[in-house]
Amino acid sequence: LLICYRKPKTKRAKRFLEKREPKLKENTKIAMLIKGGNANLRVTEVLKDIYAVKKPFAVLYRKKNITRPFEDQTSLEFFSKKSDCSLFLFGSHNKKRPNNLVIGRMFDYHVLDMIELGVEKFVSLKDVKNSKCPEGTKPMLIFAGDMFDVNEEYRRLKSLLIDFFRGPTVPNIRLAGLEYVLHFTAVDGKIYMRSYKVLLKKSGCKIPRIELEEMGPSLDLVMRRTHLASDDLYKLSLKQPKALKPKKKKNISHDAFGTTYGRIHMQKQDLGKLQTRKMKGLKKRPAEKAAEDSGVSPKKSKSA
Amino acid sequence: MVAVRVEEVLAAAEEQEAEKRRSVVVEKELELEFDLGNLLALDRNPPPAAQLRGVGPQREAQLLALARDNTQLLVAQLWELPAERAGGAGGPLVARLPEPTFRLPREKPPPRPKPPTRWEQFARLKGIRRRKRTSLVWDEQAKEWRRRWGYRRAGGDPARAWLAEVPAGADPEEDQFARLRREKRERVARNELNRLRNLARAHRAGAAVPAVPLHPTGHQSKEELSHVARVARVSTASLGRFQPRLPKEPAEPPSRSGGRKRRFEPLLGNLAAERSRQLELLKDMGSKKPVLDITRAVNKQLRQEEAEAAAAKGKKQSQRGKRGRRQ
Repeated sequence: LLICYRKPKTKRAKRFLEKREPKLKENTKIAMLIKGGNANLRVTEVLKDIYAVKKPFAVLYRKKNITRPFEDQTSLEFFSKKSDCSLFLFGSHNKKRPNNLVIGRMFDYHVLDMIELGVEKFVSLKDVKNSKCPEGTKPMLIFAGDMFDVNEEYRRLKSLLIDFFRGPTVPNIRLAGLEYVLHFTAVDGKIYMRSYKVLLKKSGCKIPRIELEEMGPSLDLVMRRTHLASDDLYKLSLKQPKALKPKKKKNISHDAFGTTYGRIHMQKQDLGKLQTRKMKGLKKRPAEKAAEDSGVSPKKSKSA
Repeated sequence: MVAVRVEEVLAAAEEQEAEKRRSVVVEKELELEFDLGNLLALDRNPPPAAQLRGVGPQREAQLLALARDNTQLLVAQLWELPAERAGGAGGPLVARLPEPTFRLPREKPPPRPKPPTRWEQFARLKGIRRRKRTSLVWDEQAKEWRRRWGYRRAGGDPARAWLAEVPAGADPEEDQFARLRREKRERVARNELNRLRNLARAHRAGAAVPAVPLHPTGHQSKEELSHVARVARVSTASLGRFQPRLPKEPAEPPSRSGGRKRRFEPLLGNLAAERSRQLELLKDMGSKKPVLDITRAVNKQLRQEEAEAAAAKGKKQSQRGKRGRRQ
């Protein structure tokens, strides 16, 4: 809030506050990875691996925080406000819900959606002995399975996962740098998340042949509880300001052959005053001009 | 002979092309949906559940095959995008991505347009536009370009100004340095006040003003308190029907519309009541006795005036007493 509870005294403080206020085009969402009071080794490893995938747009909290996201959301909202994070992943473990991950997002520092997932099988980055791709690569996301369209909870989960792993929105991308793909399959009530390194092999034509190599974290997830936002709150959060809509370029048209036509609107012209080319030969000579003048002038008699 | 050979050659060439393309073509029942701005592909085909039910490496192989097919399709789409060589001829091939189409919720609500400040309104009215100022100014004395304000500014350090001219109509005894300092302080204060006023105006325009203003405790009027108490009473799940009243609180009759609208009797209700009401009305209209009892009205007025006089006298006495005590 640049409103004056405390006016920022340095430029750096002002920039810090400006970064956090609502903008037309928003910053990349940052995720906070939190351990619960009873987090076990597996859940901690999951958090560390996701942190490695999502660097630098993630913060990993080192200490354990004794909260229960589904009961009380104030603690999460406080963290979100302090670190300006709108995505979170909370890991915990107890007998009733073993290896529990709560993935969620915020709107205006209040919890929007939360989905609880159980980790059934986990293969970590260090367990897979293949080469990895560089940190900060924008991943390709693929969702397979009709459950992701049919079931409302799965649809929200799909939206949450896209939001989580998307990374920054870029205008251009280097085609040779598409190295990382995250593949989610929904089958039999389970969600399989696999990460592969993409190898582009030569094929006869322009499009390369793809070979995949298993890399990185792979998780077998099962959906447990959900806390989804009501429809109108969700619609409110989806609302984009009008200024972001691309402006339509008027008076430009294309025809089938690829020619671009433009349309110019002119004001009314006085054709008598048009500047045309000067033809020196047609210019009236002084003798002719005098003759014309005397002929044309009215019968003026010079009275003395 | 030549024709046959030509046909053979063409067929062979087609065979080769198809062979090449086979390695990158993937067959799917339903087409995938692509959002290239997000590098996203959505596969609606139901996955082969029977195969994926197997445990261990078999499942992994199946998942890998599925992922490979989907990734191939996505990469094919990405390679279709308009690409150019960034950084000259030898640079990497860079594709221009379209805007992402998948709708994702925002992080924070979109910023509300701020109302214009007093200066901005005035400038718009007069047609004054912002002039871009140069960051450096030519300093005649130092004979170099100096910054407009800040460290080593163009006019010299204002703290070291050793001369302050006495203006034409001023008092010769007045301390000019003090006057300059005081005026600067006043200017700063006025600027800060205007900034706060602009912010308050913007804040007021943005935030919703509550319908009934709630003052802090101790500053509330009787009406405000009673209104708030009434609202609190009705804010239960059963809309205040079973709320016990305080010992001295008067029993309020239930009015659904909160005492706002006029309630009319239904048209064809109690015929006997209507009849008696009409007869009463006719009787009052026909009787010689006036409805207004003059004596009672006059007595009431006199009593009211006496009460007011007594109240005023009491106040005056207390005031006089206070004055006396102060002395």
